[in-house]
Amino acid sequence: MERAGIATASLTALPEVTARVRPPRALSVPYPLGFTLGRAHDEALQRDLMRQALALLDEADVPVLRPARLTA
Amino acid sequence: MARIADLPFKYRALMKVYPWRRINPVPASALPRPLDQARVALITTGGLVQPDQAPFDESIRGGDVSYRVIDRDVATADLLETHRSDAFDHAGIAQDRNLALPLDRLHELAEAGVIGEVAPRHLSFMGSITAPGRLLRDTLPDAVGLLQADGVDVALLVPV
Repeated sequence: MERAGIATASLTALPEVTARVRPPRALSVPYPLGFTLGRAHDEALQRDLMRQALALLDEADVPVLRPARLTA
Repeated sequence: MARIADLPFKYRALMKVYPWRRINPVPASALPRPLDQARVALITTGGLVQPDQAPFDESIRGGDVSYRVIDRDVATADLLETHRSDAFDHAGIAQDRNLALPLDRLHELAEAGVIGEVAPRHLSFMGSITAPGRLLRDTLPDAVGLLQADGVDVALLVPV
Protein backbone atom coordinates (compact mmCIF):
# COMPACT_ATOMS: atom_id res chain seq x y z
CA MET A 1 0.00 0.00 0.00
CA GLU A 2 2.82 2.37 0.86
CA ARG A 3 4.53 1.50 -2.42
CA ALA A 4 1.30 2.42 -4.22
CA GLY A 5 1.52 5.90 -2.72
CA ILE A 6 -1.03 5.44 0.04
CA ALA A 7 0.36 6.43 3.42
CA THR A 8 -0.75 4.18 6.26
CA ALA A 9 -1.07 4.48 9.99
CA SER A 10 -2.31 1.72 12.26
CA LEU A 11 -3.73 1.23 15.69
CA THR A 12 -2.71 -1.87 17.58
CA ALA A 13 -3.86 -3.59 20.75
CA LEU A 14 -1.18 -6.28 20.39
CA PRO A 15 2.13 -4.41 20.11
CA GLU A 16 4.22 -7.57 20.44
CA VAL A 17 2.88 -8.66 17.08
CA THR A 18 3.17 -5.18 15.60
CA ALA A 19 6.84 -5.06 16.59
CA ARG A 20 7.41 -8.28 14.61
CA VAL A 21 5.55 -7.22 11.50
CA ARG A 22 6.90 -3.67 11.49
CA PRO A 23 4.24 -1.59 9.75
CA PRO A 24 5.56 1.95 9.17
CA ARG A 25 3.48 3.73 11.81
CA ALA A 26 1.48 2.27 14.65
CA LEU A 27 -0.08 3.58 17.83
CA SER A 28 -0.43 0.99 20.58
CA VAL A 29 -3.53 1.26 22.72
CA PRO A 30 -3.96 -0.07 26.28
CA TYR A 31 -7.20 -1.92 25.58
CA PRO A 32 -8.14 -5.57 25.22
CA LEU A 33 -8.65 -7.20 21.82
CA GLY A 34 -12.02 -6.21 20.44
CA PHE A 35 -11.73 -2.67 21.87
CA THR A 36 -9.20 -1.11 19.52
CA LEU A 37 -10.80 2.34 19.81
CA GLY A 38 -11.04 2.19 23.59
CA ARG A 39 -14.59 2.30 24.87
CA ALA A 40 -17.99 1.98 23.21
CA HIS A 41 -19.62 5.34 22.51
CA ASP A 42 -16.69 7.31 24.01
CA GLU A 43 -16.54 9.61 21.02
CA ALA A 44 -13.88 11.97 22.37
CA LEU A 45 -11.54 9.10 23.23
CA GLN A 46 -12.07 7.45 19.85
CA ARG A 47 -11.37 10.67 17.97
CA ASP A 48 -8.30 11.36 20.09
CA LEU A 49 -6.84 7.92 19.37
CA MET A 50 -7.42 8.40 15.64
CA ARG A 51 -5.77 11.82 15.73
CA GLN A 52 -2.76 10.38 17.55
CA ALA A 53 -2.45 7.57 15.00
CA LEU A 54 -2.79 9.97 12.07
CA ALA A 55 -0.21 12.30 13.65
CA LEU A 56 2.37 9.53 13.17
CA LEU A 57 2.20 10.34 9.45
CA ASP A 58 4.46 13.30 10.23
CA GLU A 59 7.20 11.06 11.61
CA ALA A 60 10.23 10.83 9.37
CA ASP A 61 11.80 7.79 11.05
CA VAL A 62 9.89 4.58 10.39
CA PRO A 63 8.93 2.15 11.66
CA VAL A 64 7.47 4.01 14.61
CA LEU A 65 5.51 2.13 17.29
CA ARG A 66 4.35 4.49 20.00
CA PRO A 67 2.05 4.11 22.99
CA ALA A 68 -1.08 6.25 23.00
CA ARG A 69 -1.14 9.18 25.42
CA LEU A 70 -4.22 9.08 27.55
CA THR A 71 -5.66 12.19 29.10
CA ALA A 72 -8.85 10.74 30.54
CA MET B 1 -3.15 -3.61 25.72
CA ALA B 2 -3.36 -7.31 25.00
CA ARG B 3 -0.38 -9.59 25.46
CA ILE B 4 0.34 -12.85 23.69
CA ALA B 5 0.93 -14.54 27.06
CA ASP B 6 -2.68 -13.82 28.03
CA LEU B 7 -4.25 -15.39 24.94
CA PRO B 8 -5.85 -18.85 25.04
CA PHE B 9 -3.40 -21.70 24.37
CA LYS B 10 -4.46 -22.33 20.77
CA TYR B 11 -3.72 -18.71 19.86
CA ARG B 12 -0.39 -18.71 21.68
CA ALA B 13 0.51 -21.84 19.74
CA LEU B 14 -0.58 -20.22 16.47
CA MET B 15 1.48 -17.12 17.23
CA LYS B 16 4.58 -19.30 17.55
CA VAL B 17 4.26 -20.96 14.16
CA TYR B 18 2.52 -18.19 12.22
CA PRO B 19 4.42 -17.12 9.10
CA TRP B 20 4.85 -13.49 10.14
CA ARG B 21 5.53 -11.14 7.30
CA ARG B 22 8.32 -8.99 8.59
CA ILE B 23 8.38 -5.82 6.56
CA ASN B 24 11.97 -5.01 5.74
CA PRO B 25 12.92 -2.51 4.59
CA VAL B 26 9.93 -0.54 5.78
CA PRO B 27 8.38 1.34 2.88
CA ALA B 28 6.90 4.67 3.78
CA SER B 29 4.97 6.89 1.44
CA ALA B 30 5.12 10.55 2.33
CA LEU B 31 1.79 12.29 2.60
CA PRO B 32 1.06 13.64 -0.88
CA ARG B 33 -0.80 16.55 0.70
CA PRO B 34 -1.32 17.81 4.25
CA LEU B 35 -3.59 15.69 6.41
CA ASP B 36 -6.26 18.39 6.48
CA GLN B 37 -6.53 18.06 2.71
CA ALA B 38 -6.12 14.28 2.53
CA ARG B 39 -8.74 11.69 1.62
CA VAL B 40 -8.77 9.00 4.30
CA ALA B 41 -10.03 5.41 4.15
CA LEU B 42 -10.47 2.96 7.02
CA ILE B 43 -9.41 -0.67 6.95
CA THR B 44 -10.66 -2.99 9.66
CA THR B 45 -10.16 -6.67 10.42
CA GLY B 46 -13.34 -6.72 12.48
CA GLY B 47 -15.33 -8.84 10.04
CA LEU B 48 -18.03 -6.19 9.58
CA VAL B 49 -20.42 -6.51 6.66
CA GLN B 50 -23.26 -4.37 5.37
CA PRO B 51 -26.74 -5.89 5.74
CA ASP B 52 -26.84 -6.59 2.00
CA GLN B 53 -23.51 -8.43 1.97
CA ALA B 54 -22.55 -12.06 2.58
CA PRO B 55 -21.04 -12.80 5.97
CA PHE B 56 -17.43 -13.90 6.21
CA ASP B 57 -16.89 -17.64 6.02
CA GLU B 58 -15.12 -19.09 9.04
CA SER B 59 -15.04 -22.56 7.46
CA ILE B 60 -12.53 -21.73 4.72
CA ARG B 61 -9.22 -23.47 5.37
CA GLY B 62 -6.48 -20.97 6.08
CA GLY B 63 -8.98 -18.17 6.55
CA ASP B 64 -11.39 -16.09 4.48
CA VAL B 65 -9.23 -13.69 2.47
CA SER B 66 -12.16 -11.79 0.98
CA TYR B 67 -13.11 -8.28 1.99
CA ARG B 68 -16.25 -6.21 2.01
CA VAL B 69 -16.56 -2.67 0.72
CA ILE B 70 -18.19 -0.43 3.31
CA ASP B 71 -19.90 2.65 1.90
CA ARG B 72 -19.01 5.98 3.49
CA ASP B 73 -22.66 6.77 4.12
CA VAL B 74 -23.66 3.49 5.76
CA ALA B 75 -25.28 3.73 9.18
CA THR B 76 -22.65 2.07 11.35
CA ALA B 77 -25.26 0.60 13.69
CA ASP B 78 -26.59 -1.39 10.71
CA LEU B 79 -23.26 -3.13 10.13
CA LEU B 80 -23.17 -6.77 11.14
CA GLU B 81 -20.17 -8.24 12.89
CA THR B 82 -19.58 -11.70 11.40
CA HIS B 83 -16.14 -12.36 12.90
CA ARG B 84 -16.40 -15.63 14.78
CA SER B 85 -13.00 -15.64 16.47
CA ASP B 86 -13.14 -16.28 20.20
CA ALA B 87 -9.77 -14.55 20.64
CA PHE B 88 -11.53 -11.30 21.50
CA ASP B 89 -14.59 -10.08 23.36
CA HIS B 90 -17.30 -9.17 20.84
CA ALA B 91 -19.44 -7.23 23.32
CA GLY B 92 -17.90 -3.83 22.66
CA ILE B 93 -18.30 -3.96 18.89
CA ALA B 94 -21.87 -5.20 19.39
CA GLN B 95 -22.55 -1.95 21.24
CA ASP B 96 -20.53 0.35 19.00
CA ARG B 97 -19.16 -0.65 15.57
CA ASN B 98 -16.81 2.32 15.79
CA LEU B 99 -14.56 0.22 18.04
CA ALA B 100 -13.62 -1.71 14.90
CA LEU B 101 -14.54 0.70 12.09
CA PRO B 102 -14.58 4.27 13.41
CA LEU B 103 -16.49 5.63 10.43
CA ASP B 104 -18.67 7.99 12.48
CA ARG B 105 -15.54 9.41 14.10
CA LEU B 106 -13.88 9.80 10.70
CA HIS B 107 -16.82 11.89 9.49
CA GLU B 108 -16.45 14.04 12.61
CA LEU B 109 -12.72 14.49 11.99
CA ALA B 110 -13.55 15.65 8.45
CA GLU B 111 -16.17 18.09 9.74
CA ALA B 112 -13.63 19.40 12.25
CA GLY B 113 -11.07 19.91 9.48
CA VAL B 114 -8.55 17.44 10.91
CA ILE B 115 -8.66 15.41 7.69
CA GLY B 116 -9.63 16.60 4.23
CA GLU B 117 -12.41 14.15 3.49
CA VAL B 118 -13.82 10.71 4.10
CA ALA B 119 -13.07 8.29 1.27
CA PRO B 120 -16.13 6.90 -0.55
CA ARG B 121 -15.25 3.27 0.22
CA HIS B 122 -13.71 1.54 3.25
CA LEU B 123 -12.50 -2.04 3.57
CA SER B 124 -13.50 -4.72 6.02
CA PHE B 125 -11.54 -7.95 6.41
CA MET B 126 -12.13 -10.71 8.91
CA GLY B 127 -8.65 -11.50 10.15
CA SER B 128 -8.04 -14.96 11.61
CA ILE B 129 -6.18 -15.73 8.41
CA THR B 130 -3.76 -18.49 9.28
CA ALA B 131 -2.44 -18.89 5.74
CA PRO B 132 -1.79 -15.36 4.46
CA GLY B 133 -0.33 -16.29 1.06
CA ARG B 134 -3.49 -15.74 -0.97
CA LEU B 135 -4.24 -12.56 0.96
CA LEU B 136 -0.93 -11.05 -0.08
CA ARG B 137 -0.89 -12.41 -3.61
CA ASP B 138 -4.51 -11.91 -4.68
CA THR B 139 -6.49 -9.79 -2.28
CA LEU B 140 -4.02 -7.09 -1.42
CA PRO B 141 -3.32 -5.84 -4.98
CA ASP B 142 -7.07 -5.78 -5.60
CA ALA B 143 -7.75 -3.80 -2.42
CA VAL B 144 -4.93 -1.37 -3.09
CA GLY B 145 -6.24 -0.82 -6.62
CA LEU B 146 -9.67 0.01 -5.24
CA LEU B 147 -8.24 2.61 -2.87
CA GLN B 148 -6.11 4.09 -5.64
CA ALA B 149 -9.15 4.33 -7.90
CA ASP B 150 -10.83 6.34 -5.15
CA GLY B 151 -7.87 8.70 -4.86
CA VAL B 152 -7.18 7.69 -1.27
CA ASP B 153 -4.17 9.45 0.28
CA VAL B 154 -4.20 7.83 3.71
CA ALA B 155 -5.38 4.48 5.06
CA LEU B 156 -5.98 4.14 8.79
CA LEU B 157 -5.70 0.48 9.79
CA VAL B 158 -7.80 -0.81 12.66
CA PRO B 159 -6.91 -4.40 13.51
CA VAL B 160 -9.27 -6.14 15.91
